[in-house]
Amino acid sequence: MTHLTGRRVAAVLAALAVLVAAAVVLGLALGPSRLAPAEVIRALLPGAPDDAAADIVRRIRLPRVALALAVGASLSVAGALFQALLRNPLADPFVLGVSGGAALGGVLVMSLGAAAGFGSAAVPPAAFVGAVVATVLLLAVAGPGQVSATTLLLAGVVFNAFASAAIVFVASLAGLTDGARIFLWLIGSLASVGGVALFGVVLFLGLGLACALPLARSLNLLALGEESAAQLGVPVERVKRLLLVATSLMVGAAVSVSGLVGFVGLIVPHGLRLLLGPDHRLLVPAAALGGAAFLVVCDTAARTLLPGRELPVGALTALLGGPLFLVLLRRRRVGGVLG
Amino acid sequence: MSEALGVRDLAAQIGRRPVLRHVALSVRRGELVGLLGRNGAGKTTLLRVVSGTLPAARGSVRLLDRPLEEYGRRELARAVAVVPQQTSFPFAFRVAEVVLMGRSPHLGWLGFEGPEDLARARSALARLGIEALAGRSILELSGGERQLVVVARALAQDPRLLLLDEPTAFLDLRHRLEVLQVVRSLVDAGRAALVVSHDLGLAARFCDRLVLLADGEVLAAGAPAEVLTPERLRRAFGIDAAVVPGPEGAPLVVPLAVPSA
Repeated sequence: MTHLTGRRVAAVLAALAVLVAAAVVLGLALGPSRLAPAEVIRALLPGAPDDAAADIVRRIRLPRVALALAVGASLSVAGALFQALLRNPLADPFVLGVSGGAALGGVLVMSLGAAAGFGSAAVPPAAFVGAVVATVLLLAVAGPGQVSATTLLLAGVVFNAFASAAIVFVASLAGLTDGARIFLWLIGSLASVGGVALFGVVLFLGLGLACALPLARSLNLLALGEESAAQLGVPVERVKRLLLVATSLMVGAAVSVSGLVGFVGLIVPHGLRLLLGPDHRLLVPAAALGGAAFLVVCDTAARTLLPGRELPVGALTALLGGPLFLVLLRRRRVGGVLG
Repeated sequence: MSEALGVRDLAAQIGRRPVLRHVALSVRRGELVGLLGRNGAGKTTLLRVVSGTLPAARGSVRLLDRPLEEYGRRELARAVAVVPQQTSFPFAFRVAEVVLMGRSPHLGWLGFEGPEDLARARSALARLGIEALAGRSILELSGGERQLVVVARALAQDPRLLLLDEPTAFLDLRHRLEVLQVVRSLVDAGRAALVVSHDLGLAARFCDRLVLLADGEVLAAGAPAEVLTPERLRRAFGIDAAVVPGPEGAPLVVPLAVPSA
């Protein structure tokens, strides 16, 4: 009988971990000065020579690759959780307006904050607050009782439209320089953030996974519908609220440092579900690893495709994501292609 | 008397609309009871109260001789399984995975299904004659096959009391009989079941007793032949019907017309 076993979970996650490691080596090797994989690995080992290669790997590329890992994992796990909670494979942080709320918070600080004496350091916390406010509003609209998926989705659509309009409004008030800066941030980039920001993303990713993994089987039961899940012993409202809060924290942290990197939360869980099947005991941890590898590869491509220029990684994920999404959708099979 | 389900003076409402008032009914162990009534009579609402997803406004519900309120969520899910009218699936779970979901209230929060869970899921599939579907995606099945899978999921749950909400509405005749025979054999082995049905003929043949709901109240309860009379069918369903003796002594309802007046 086909079913999920601990052994299968371990095997798939180990394979994905190898993929992540390969993506990391690739990301550390490629750039203006190309390094051999052996050089990269030597630079990472303790007692590495203090040469130029080690400097490039450790000081310049590693922080960026680490950020890509954490942001990719956060967005991908958030997407998988939203899809499970809303019983809709197309749900994701963008659909629900949580990313939009984060973006609005960031943009407000970038355009108006300078006058009020805020520096660019205030952007991450503001985006973070925006994501949380969006989620709180979403829950308030949904009401205290049963939160229906339709209500949440509709509220998200409206909130997104509002956030986009507000962003355009605020950005058009800003000067030309600020306007360009806002535009670049909105498209999404993983360049130049400090260790504190990285720590924040990792922290909330860890918290999110700590909440989601023990509830993975409840997420499976939610696929039967909320009523059936409750009749199978799932505390539906509690699970939904806990995971919605955890998810908005993950999204807020990710968007606050990287801007709007779209499609990761949609593409990665969807693709993994087609490959591995929909069981969340496997899907949620796989989404973390898959999302991490995916964004490292995308960001490396964004840095290196055009010599001397950097593409916005958010534009690249969307360009890659769209066609891939269609291909996967066409190859949809029983439970999963490799299942 | 060993009661699987005892409902006394139950009232329930959805939003502010009262749906059930003064409902009393009882299902004993080893008994299959049919719940009949027109659309909106409160049948599904009654199942929701008994399965713990809708609070009662008044009255008492006892399960296996204990008050419903005393049950924890998972404990209740081990005692009562529900087959809803319809289940939609957003993701391509395999049939075996869906049936194994029925084992969830028996498992710890973490961990995976063990050999006993697999054996129960397999035997549930076998009872309904759908072992061949085990590896298929639930999204590929017809509506009827999907409903059989949901029934198998409820069997795998191994409940004392089975609540079925029009389980056979989308099934062909053979599958209808199969589902009802499986439920009947479970009941004969000491379980209990309450089944909502619009198929009065099959309900009369398979159920020990029938409960007829009308406007949120019990209009009649008792043996099929006592409950299914032209007079009661007129009041409960608003139809003219003839009731004739069917095979094996079960009454046969022949719907005639909607009265013009």
